[in-house]
Amino acid sequence: MSEQKRNLKLHPPRVPMPEVAPEERIKGFMEVPLGYTEEQARLEAERCLDCKNPKCVAGCPVNIDIPKFLKEIREGRYEDAARTLRETNSLPAICGRVCPQEEQCEARCIEGIKHDPVAVGNLERWVADWEREHGAIPLPEIPEPTGYKVAIVGSGPAGLTVAGDLAKLGHDVTVFEALHRPAGVLAYGIPEFRLPRMIVNSEIDYITRLGVKFVFNVVVGVTVTLDELFAEGYHTIFIGTGAGLPKMMNVPGENCVGVFSANEFLTRVNLLGASKFPEYDTPILDSRHTVVVGGGNTAMDAARIAKRLNGQKVSLVYRRSIDELPARKEEVHHAQAEGIEFNLLCNPTEVLGDENHIITGIRCVRMALGEPDDSGRRRPEPIPGSEFVLDCDAVVVAIGNSPNPILTKATPDLEVTKWGTLKIDADTGATSKSGVYAGGDIVSGAATVILAMGAGRTAAAAMHRYMMGLPRPLRQMAS
Amino acid sequence: MDGYRIVRDRSLAEKIREYWIEAPMVAKKHRAGQFVIIRLHEHGERIPFTVVQTEAEKGLIRLISQSVGKTTEEFTDYHTGDSILDVVGPLGLATHMENWGELVVVAGGVGAAPLLPIVKSAKGSGNQVHAIIGARSKNLMILEDEFREVCDEVRVCTDDGSHGSKGLVTDVLRSWAAEGKKFAFGITAGPVIMMKATAEAMRDLSIPGLASLNPIMVDGTGMCGACRVTVHGKTRFACVEGPEFDALGVDFHELILRNRAYRKQEMEALDHYHSEGCRLLKAAQELAHV
Ligand SMILES: Cc1cc2nc3c(=O)[nH]c(=O)nc-3n(C[C@H](O)[C@H](O)[C@H](O)COP(=O)(O)OP(=O)(O)OC[C@H]3O[C@@H](n4cnc5c(N)ncnc54)[C@H](O)[C@@H]3O)c2cc1C
Ligand code: FES
Repeated sequence: MSEQKRNLKLHPPRVPMPEVAPEERIKGFMEVPLGYTEEQARLEAERCLDCKNPKCVAGCPVNIDIPKFLKEIREGRYEDAARTLRETNSLPAICGRVCPQEEQCEARCIEGIKHDPVAVGNLERWVADWEREHGAIPLPEIPEPTGYKVAIVGSGPAGLTVAGDLAKLGHDVTVFEALHRPAGVLAYGIPEFRLPRMIVNSEIDYITRLGVKFVFNVVVGVTVTLDELFAEGYHTIFIGTGAGLPKMMNVPGENCVGVFSANEFLTRVNLLGASKFPEYDTPILDSRHTVVVGGGNTAMDAARIAKRLNGQKVSLVYRRSIDELPARKEEVHHAQAEGIEFNLLCNPTEVLGDENHIITGIRCVRMALGEPDDSGRRRPEPIPGSEFVLDCDAVVVAIGNSPNPILTKATPDLEVTKWGTLKIDADTGATSKSGVYAGGDIVSGAATVILAMGAGRTAAAAMHRYMMGLPRPLRQMAS
Repeated sequence: MDGYRIVRDRSLAEKIREYWIEAPMVAKKHRAGQFVIIRLHEHGERIPFTVVQTEAEKGLIRLISQSVGKTTEEFTDYHTGDSILDVVGPLGLATHMENWGELVVVAGGVGAAPLLPIVKSAKGSGNQVHAIIGARSKNLMILEDEFREVCDEVRVCTDDGSHGSKGLVTDVLRSWAAEGKKFAFGITAGPVIMMKATAEAMRDLSIPGLASLNPIMVDGTGMCGACRVTVHGKTRFACVEGPEFDALGVDFHELILRNRAYRKQEMEALDHYHSEGCRLLKAAQELAHV
């Protein structure tokens, strides 16, 4: 159909995402949304009004040219659509799956004012999957090596973006990662049923094909310092160490056996394969009722993993109401469909344990929403005398993460805020230490994949300019 | 990455082996008191080991492993020339060192391993170093000669009296003090129950000091909190704030119970490992017969 002849007055409903049924999917870790078929993708792309002044693009933190890639889908030019995505988003298959589109591009969609917004996220995913399934992602032409060496600290979405961008410009890039596997939260945090390992692996593979080297088991600040990296010949360094330090509740009984931080719970299962114990050596407790405390993506992920471990009862405890749940809406729906019980407007006050210090329950108090706080959300306040106990044999604490201080403590010339995040120049990502840039959760505090990528993109551009302004490396001059 | 190569290995005692492993970045940075986390293979779990000694020029670290569960049992099948998949470190804080004067270290079983680098460092800082090494019996005692080389005096004891005096390390500590010896500082490492008793004896004898804790760990970088311990009523992450803490402030009871969390799974893993091993052995034998 030619673009002119499209009838935009019909406003067909949004093409629903096909999904594995809840009863079926909780038996394993298979991906829940199945992805559009080609017909479904074309149909959904037809819904785009191709606005003269598209608001969606401004709603995207990396400003993907959304109307353009939707048009390319409509015209069956899928390779072009993939290229359009990659122009500004180096991890489209991942963002299509995990971005909170309902707060970003889709929130601004004009069609969405009176009808359903166009399913930009589902289409982004479809294009990225099409690209991957139709042969290896083509490598861009990489210029002659510049001779400049870049060290990236942390292999989460921020670090990976910088690595990819700078490798494409001909720099010699090495990523140092503390864990034994790359991708940060994408590997240890977000579970397979939302983000299959294969998708992450293919992105890592692409970045490796760009010439990026990965060195695992290096805790920068401890195994090697930033100054030592400079002394080894790196010209510039990017810090993308994320926000990996778990907040605990600080209530009595929190150290009982059976109380985990979400990070521990997720790491055991996602990174170390505990759901496949004893085939994998890392165990996880065999619980009957897990209570997850929190309301963000991490809480939803932990709850849904717990459900999949053995079909146990899983409850969520969150101190505000359903409207304030910070998790992606889709994940809240998925969790509800999977039978996770939501205890809203209540907050833990104590973990109860037996004489062997093994958890037996969690005491909570009911909350009421009072005046708005700094975040603009109404502040939850405990209702006196409303305590109750949930009997349970596991608690997962998912109330947030803050930056891990290992690197900043070891590097006194890096300026930090009172929250432990790094201070940077917003236009360039430059830190207070010369030649050192930063971005992602280590700067913003726990945020999103796309914001981490956007920050990486900004820093990469500035790092490139910085290096090109340095004297030519000797190696380069000799050749 | 092809892993980290074992360049030497040998048995130290029953079910206790030592390994010298190529891990140059760790070897270069390690200081007494710090540890590494290792993972044997792709299906492996992450477990901590104290770095007992290094040869920085050769890029080697020395680990000592007692086989107590599936992973440590499997580790005993790794020998010179084999590689382990992951080694990360050096993790944890280095032992706070000063010249206390008369220092006593109290080791139980493989607890001698983390204390060896500490006595060397303490000696270098000018301390008079006294060591008490205890084990269940003679064939489980390790590193005695190496302690004797460094320390001013070493006393050993075994539960069954097969070597040194018969009794517990705390008996030795109390009797040594009763002889009039004034210890200014003490450091203990070993099974938690033994450290608990030692800390009590230290309290009775007014010896301040440290206990080197061995909680369950996962990442070893402060990311998971599996290693939570309570010290003076406050939660601390042992992998980044320890592993050594004020011996008189540690809630050892909690640590004992937390360390038991996966006991059932540990037995299951060990069973699985042995039956898997038997199955493979049988299959190999059958093949050999064909
Ligand atoms: C469970 C969970 C679910 C989430 N779900 C979503 C979602 O659906 N959508 C979304 O947009 N966002 C989600 N987020 C948030 C998102 O994952 C993060 O905002 C994003 O990953 C941040 O990227 P980053 O690169 O800054 O850091 P990270 O992804 O945290 O990566 C940091 C990396 O640095 C490594 N590192 C740390 N310190 C050092 C050091 N000293 N030396 C070497 N390496 C180091 C870490 O091991 C890690 O691999 C989720 C987060 C969690 C925890
Ligand atoms: S082992 Fe994970 S925080 Fe200490």
